[in-house]
Amino acid sequence: MHELSVVFHVIDQLEEVAKENDVKEIKTVTLQLGEVSAVLPWYLTDCWNWAKKKHEIMQDCEMKIEKIDAVTFCEDCKQTYETVKHGKTCPFCGSGNTFLVQGNEFMIKEIEAI
Amino acid sequence: MSNEREVRVLEIKKSVFENNDREAEKLRDELKEKKIFLLNLMSSPGSGKTTTLKRTIAALKDEYKIGVMEADIDSDVDAKAIAETGAKAIQLHTGGMCHLDAGMTRQGLDALIENDVEFAILENVGNLVCPAEFDTGAVKNAAILSVPEGHDKPLKYPLMFEVCDVVLVNKIDVMPYFDFDMEKCKEYVHMRNPKAEIIEISAKEGKGIDEWAAWLKKEIDAWRG
Repeated sequence: MHELSVVFHVIDQLEEVAKENDVKEIKTVTLQLGEVSAVLPWYLTDCWNWAKKKHEIMQDCEMKIEKIDAVTFCEDCKQTYETVKHGKTCPFCGSGNTFLVQGNEFMIKEIEAI
Repeated sequence: MSNEREVRVLEIKKSVFENNDREAEKLRDELKEKKIFLLNLMSSPGSGKTTTLKRTIAALKDEYKIGVMEADIDSDVDAKAIAETGAKAIQLHTGGMCHLDAGMTRQGLDALIENDVEFAILENVGNLVCPAEFDTGAVKNAAILSVPEGHDKPLKYPLMFEVCDVVLVNKIDVMPYFDFDMEKCKEYVHMRNPKAEIIEISAKEGKGIDEWAAWLKKEIDAWRG
């Protein structure tokens, strides 16, 4: 829902990294995005392509997105399952005593830079 | 092409939220030093946030100098309602964002200090999704859930209830007209966050405000030392 504002956070961090590493141009940025991070990849890319133009060192930078599957663990039957399919209710034992193991990440993995 | 530099891969491996988290910690340190308690108040639109604020200010204005930070996405109707209570209203500029982050909260810090505010309330944008993702630098987080919204909201918006220290269940005066199950609501909140305090209130009628004010007083005094 807040794709544009997270794009601004990404840009801030990349500018910091660029300064520290004497980067002249960022060619690509790779993000890792959890399936249930509440961020839509296509919308994120749209926002990126608009916002990057305002920053010289990344105006031609391509955003790559790696998906991280969402996995939930059931405290009662100790099994894991696909979050997106079953939500918070364990498909094995019906318990709601579950928590997300992975899938809400939003990480900057790496950049290719000159 | 001797000046041409090679393309290199720089590993970053950092959460996009890391800078904001750092900024929020810094802000909290400054608030501690200035003895200002900041409460981040979140809810859906129409949950009774402004009415709850007015009740809260009335209950505590003799004890603390109170300030309210408002986001500009809201109309100035709210700011006017707050000013009438005697609390200091501070306008923040979010640029129309769906949430507040630590950088935006910082804009209001100087105004809090200048006005000797002891207890500040950050009125977040009416939304149960985005505000939960960004640490605002507040000392404690509160969410209002109103009866007409339904008791299943903690299941639908789990992160909001995970990050909250206290949940106010508002509009309990209309319970007879809705299929709202208070016990289920509490169970769902505690499923997401076993430590969350839950206080039943009716901001309209003033019910439960004493308990809410007592919770706040305990937290404010502990923070200010």
